[in-house]
Amino acid sequence: MDMRVNIAGVEWKNPVTVASGTFGSGAEFAEFVDLNRLGAVTTKGVANVPWAGNPTPRVAETYGGMMNAVGLQNPGIDVFRERDIPFLRQYDTKIIVNVCGRSVEDYCEVVERLADEDVDMLEINISCPNVKEGGIAFGQDPRAAEEITKAVKKYAAQPVIMKLSPNVTSISEMAKAVEAGGADAVSLINTITGMKIDIRRKTFLLANRTGGVSGPAIHPIAVRMVYEAANAVKVPVIGMGGIVSAEDAIEMILAGASAVSVGTANFYDPAVTVGIVNGIEDYMKEQGFETVADMTGIVK
Amino acid sequence: MARKKENAVIISQQMIAQDIYSMWIKTDAAKEAVPGQFISMYTNDGSRLLPRPISICEINRGEESLRVVYRVTGKNTGTELFSRMKAGDTIPVLGPLGNGFPYKETLGKRVFLMGGGIGVPPMLELAKQMDCEKKQIIMGYRNAETFLRDEFEKYGEVYVSTEDGSVGTRGNVMDAIRENQLEADMIYACGPTPMLRAIKDYAEKNNIVCYLSLEERMACGIGACLACVCQTKEKDHHSNVNNKRICKDGPVFLSTEVEI
Repeated sequence: MDMRVNIAGVEWKNPVTVASGTFGSGAEFAEFVDLNRLGAVTTKGVANVPWAGNPTPRVAETYGGMMNAVGLQNPGIDVFRERDIPFLRQYDTKIIVNVCGRSVEDYCEVVERLADEDVDMLEINISCPNVKEGGIAFGQDPRAAEEITKAVKKYAAQPVIMKLSPNVTSISEMAKAVEAGGADAVSLINTITGMKIDIRRKTFLLANRTGGVSGPAIHPIAVRMVYEAANAVKVPVIGMGGIVSAEDAIEMILAGASAVSVGTANFYDPAVTVGIVNGIEDYMKEQGFETVADMTGIVK
Repeated sequence: MARKKENAVIISQQMIAQDIYSMWIKTDAAKEAVPGQFISMYTNDGSRLLPRPISICEINRGEESLRVVYRVTGKNTGTELFSRMKAGDTIPVLGPLGNGFPYKETLGKRVFLMGGGIGVPPMLELAKQMDCEKKQIIMGYRNAETFLRDEFEKYGEVYVSTEDGSVGTRGNVMDAIRENQLEADMIYACGPTPMLRAIKDYAEKNNIVCYLSLEERMACGIGACLACVCQTKEKDHHSNVNNKRICKDGPVFLSTEVEI
């Protein structure tokens, strides 16, 4: 039995990574989880310059999940290159750098500056619901998504994963658009835009008013969208959205994901990912699957 | 990679005031905990995933146990679930987390320990461990339910303020300081933001070294998610912007480093 997966030419030791923004750049989690056990670490989004993010409160709990509007706070590419990449390179895991920006130029600048860095893949975040400019603006219009993919691909030295938003009418169309733009893989879903109101204080719970909903409550939506995207494109799909257990991850794989990301569940248990890797392995043994690819998308 | 979420066993639990509960738990977190740190407490209900950051009220190293005193924040909340738990039940916890109060510099000093509302409990272990010339404990409550007051009496001079004036000074902790003409060389405080803002202002006007324990909604509790940031005067090394993480860089900050 073989847990390895090949995502756009990059071999991961297993199909489990973490969702951007839930894991920092791994340093804080290293105290609680062996990063060597992960197929890849996906970093918090990084921009060309430092971003201060949104005012607080930035998070709220919701039934079976949470909402966040952190607003892509990040230290900028300079600090990231000096500090976060060398830290992650100490571990035997792949490094996926999540890239955010406010304009096509911003994204391209970060991607270009990562070209000679020792990282394995890039994930382009065109789906953050919590920043006004950039982010979601590219993720809700197929033409804009295709254009930014093309632009980024010109500068990218590593395979490019386009991270898609669920806040669209047709996820298949978005997946096709970025594939046409040259994406090497797609990842989905980012968070679903939501709102929560404090009925005692009669105001919004989040300072940003709206936020991205994540956690097990959104898992069935994510499975459906992974299924649709996987059936629309030939490039690999990295599935995410509410995975808290190996069973949730396996569902996503059977629906069409070549690999999975664990997000909000990291907040429930910082070591949750290792249990999910072990659980997928147990399922493969029990069900007689030789490889993860053998399971991917078999539910038609 | 030595630390992990564990199932702590509840030793005892009781209600000590309206909506205020005191719980002792047996946990490995007690081995290293210091005053001012907190633990993440989780419900056993999968629909409520996020940890509740709860400050440590007392530490018993010998028995490897911690005391937490928390407020039930409303109907159908995680803290309400905690309040229904009984001795012998297990509760998932992670900790100790954050940085405690630096209190080794208090020898020979006159100190204020100030707590407001649910900011009162973390001052108890600090009051126990601190060695200083004059320990003045100033506690602010809503009403006559002055929980933990008797326990503080063992460790210093206690002054109380209540919003309704039923006990001690009518008003807040600052009113209690004025009414009793108290003076300090150092201040340690935890409580609602308006109270901390007033204390920060007082400390800076009077050139008093002041440590504040801050609170904000958290998700991870370990410094990764960047939910619980507070504005800082200087750019900090981690964020490269003026945003420190309350869970990881705090919750205790020098009053002069934060903008609240």
